Order: sequence, then structure tokens, then C-alpha cells
Amino acid sequence: MSADRIPGMLRANPLRPIGSAFLRFLEATGQLTTFTVLSVSHFFRPPIYLRLIGRQMIDVGYYSLPVVGLTTLFSGMVIALQSFTGATRISSEGALLTVTSVVVLSITRELSPVLAGLMVSGRVGAAMAAEIGTMRVTEQIDALTTLSTNPYKYLVVPRIIAGLAMLPLLVFVGDVIGIFGGYIIGVLKLDFNAATYIQKTWDFIEFLDIFSGLVKAAVFGFVVTLMGCYMGYHSTGGAQGVGAATTNAVVSAAVLILILNYFISQMFFGV
Amino acid sequence: MSEFAPQSRPQTGPKIKLDGVHKRFGDNIVLDGIDLEVQTGESVVIIGGSGTGKSVTLKCILGLLTPEKGTIEIDGESVVGISGDERDRINGKFGMLFQSAALFDSMSNLDNVAFGLTEGKGMDPEAATEIALEKLRQVGLGENVARMSPAELSVGMKKRVGLARAIAIEPEIIFFDEPTTGLDPVMGDVINDLIVQCVRKVGATTMTITHDMASARKIADRIAMLYKGKLIWTGPTDEIDTCGEDHVEQFVHGRVEGPIQMELRRL
Repeated sequence: MSADRIPGMLRANPLRPIGSAFLRFLEATGQLTTFTVLSVSHFFRPPIYLRLIGRQMIDVGYYSLPVVGLTTLFSGMVIALQSFTGATRISSEGALLTVTSVVVLSITRELSPVLAGLMVSGRVGAAMAAEIGTMRVTEQIDALTTLSTNPYKYLVVPRIIAGLAMLPLLVFVGDVIGIFGGYIIGVLKLDFNAATYIQKTWDFIEFLDIFSGLVKAAVFGFVVTLMGCYMGYHSTGGAQGVGAATTNAVVSAAVLILILNYFISQMFFGV
Repeated sequence: MSEFAPQSRPQTGPKIKLDGVHKRFGDNIVLDGIDLEVQTGESVVIIGGSGTGKSVTLKCILGLLTPEKGTIEIDGESVVGISGDERDRINGKFGMLFQSAALFDSMSNLDNVAFGLTEGKGMDPEAATEIALEKLRQVGLGENVARMSPAELSVGMKKRVGLARAIAIEPEIIFFDEPTTGLDPVMGDVINDLIVQCVRKVGATTMTITHDMASARKIADRIAMLYKGKLIWTGPTDEIDTCGEDHVEQFVHGRVEGPIQMELRRL
């Protein structure tokens, strides 16, 4: 191939796009790290906007209850069904123990925190990115600064504290509802004795099952609200930029939740 | 005199001083060595075409952008690179009317005007509400508008609420970013009158950026023209028509012919 037929970008330097993408990645990582450090450093420095923290807690916690409750309820139900199928394929004995143990472990350790994190990411993280992003592109954040109000303290800190505090509560409620979903299927469809089902569940459950899920929930709450605030705070370019920030907030939080979920599980239960 | 009225200060130097301020975005040089002094109580208007760096100049002074080179002083105090409580203290001297008014759309207009008093100055909400209502009355808006949200207002009314918010804390310095852009000529003149009246009442030093010459003539004691990142002319308002600077004359009279060439892409 003669030199004049090689596409311009390749003739210039084929490694350039890779290097450019890597530099952009480093820049974004540095920007996110700075944003995180600045946000956390404002947690304990006055003024602390208790009214705003309360309002965000209601938004993150109370208004997310229906969606988290529904997802964990049906997840508990479907796990009871599938674990019963698996148990009867192996042996006709001991199906009750298998169903209760699988429901308890999967709901408390994995499904309740992950599903709550993903649901809150879609409901709350997206809304935060859109609200803060709109404030950014309409100069409302600049206006806050000119009115001697720190945007980190006023906009970011209340949202992150609300995420940190409310996700564990949501997950605890999700644990109860998810296990109840397994109970409904176990008793009404699989004909287990109700009192025995509850007794086996209670005997099997351990403090660490619940605790690990709550730790995950706090981490996911931090990640969801941080990504929502970060993407919104750095959005540019009008309505399209706010739309992109909203999408990026949800996608990045969802990916981080799934990755971090593995590492936290490994930390608590790794062999 | 109210609690937040500007204190009389000895005239030891300029209120705002920019010295060799440079700002670039990538390869695009926006400010290329700006030198400007604004005296206490003076009203300076910066004129210039779109994209010449007028808004960037204001944002550098407010700390919303950081210049790469040069110094900016407020009351003799260098403010480039300061942050946190220091920046909050300096910004406590400022009020600003944004081009889009930038009202907080999650609050009522009354809460918008009272915001700087309650959150910035820590004032009791009841006292802040009284002051906010008074400031709204000064810009010709009543209690019915105070209870509405910004989304329910026209552009002109939003600017008036924005002006009330800017003067509510009775700042020492007020910035006006394109105060008449997007308004009809009558409403533009109403805003100009309100700016002159309100600023006189507060006794503030002001910097306004605009490309509306009628507005500039009405508001300014002194006019500066920004072109390609440099201040190419500064002088008293009544000398602008006879200054003899080709760029200024072309801009003031809105002529196509002249040294200012619009960078249009040929199709």
C-alpha cells in the first residue's frame, strides 16, 4: 500500500488514540478522587445542613421502600422455587433445609444489598445527577458560590450522608421482605409447615450474614450518591450534557456495585 | 444604616485590581493579559463581542475560574487561588446578577432572595424574609410573585428577582452579567433603571458586562472594551463616541466594515 493511501489517523500515529484514551481515563480518575476527598472532608466541617440531610434521607430511604420491597419480595419467592427444584433433583430428603438456607444466604448476603443498590442507583442516583447537572448548566451552582455557600457542603454532603445512612436501613427491610417472600412460596406452594419454616430460617441465619449485607449497603449507598453528585457536578453542554451525566451516573454506579460486591464478599467469606 | 450596609472605607487603593490576568482553555487563549482597576463606588462596564472573555473575567474575579497568570486583588488582598472559608469571606462582598438569573428552581422567589441572608450570613429566617420582601418591592414585585416559583415567571421578572437577590445582602461589589440580554427594549430599560437606582441605594462598586450599548451608556461611569483577550480601550462613558479607536467605533455603531472581522465559515 502506498503511503498516500494509508488513512490519515494511522499515518499520524496508530498509538495516539490509545494514549489519548488512557490520558482521559487518568484525568477522570484524578478528578473523581479529588471530588471524593473534597466531599468527605466537608462531612464534619460546619455548617452542617441538617434540614437538607433529613430531606435527602426521606427521598433516598422512604421513597425507595416500595421499589426495594417489591424487588426483594419477588427475588425471595423465585429463589425459594429454584432452590426447591435443585434440592429435589439431588435428593427428595432435606428440601426444607436447602430452601431456607439458600433463601437466607442469597437474600441477606447478596441479593438484598445488590438489588437495593441497583434500584436506588436508577431512582435516586439518576435524579441527583439530573438535578445537580441542571443546576450546573444553568449557573445555579455558580450562584451558590457567589452567595457564600459552598456547593459541596450544600449539595453533595447531604446526599452522600443520606445514601450512607439509608441504604443499610433499606437493605435490612429488604432482608425481612425477601425472606418473607421465600416463606410465602415455601408455605403456600411447596407445602412446608409454617412454624417449621420459620424455625429453620431462624436457626440457620447468622449475625455475619446480616452484617455483611449492611456493610455492602453502606458502601453502595456511598457509591450511588457519589457518582450521582459527581456526574451532575461535572456535566457540561446543556440538556444533552445533563442527559449524558444521568446515564453515566447510573451505569458507573451499577458497574461499581457489581465489582465491589465481589470484593466485599471475598473480604467477608473468601476461602 | 442596616446591618449589612457597606462600611465607609479609607480610599487607599482600587476596590478591584486585575494585573496581567491570563486565562486559556486548551489552545484557546481567552484572556491575554488583562489590566484593570475599579475604584470604590465606581460603575465600570466591559463591552465586547460574544466569546471575547467578558464572562471569564468576572468568573476569574469570583474564583469560579483560576487564571494561569496574573494577580487579582479585592481591597488590596490577593484572591487568586484562595478557597474554603477565605473564598467564602471574599465572596461575601459580592452580589451577582447572572445572565439567566440562575434562580434556584427548587425554591420560591422569596426564598431565593432571602438565601444569601439565611445561608450566607446566618440571619434569622423571619428577619431575612422581611428584607427579601422589601428588596422585591424595590424591584417592583409584590408578595404574590414572592410566593411563586421561578418557573412561573417571565425572563424580565426573573431578572428582577435575580437583581433583588443580588442586592439583598447589600454587597460592596455587584456584578451584572448581560443584564438586558433577551429582554425587549422597554423591559431592558426598566432593568437598567432598577440597576442604577438599587446600586445608588446600596452604594456598591459595580462591574457589568454587556454588548448592549444603550445599557452601557445608562449604567457606566467608565467603559472598557475587550477584544481578543485584551482591553483595547478604557475611558469615561461620554468619550466613547469620540475616542478615535477603530475597534470601539465599529462596535459602538454596529458596523460590518472595520477592523473587527467576524470569523464566519464559508459553506
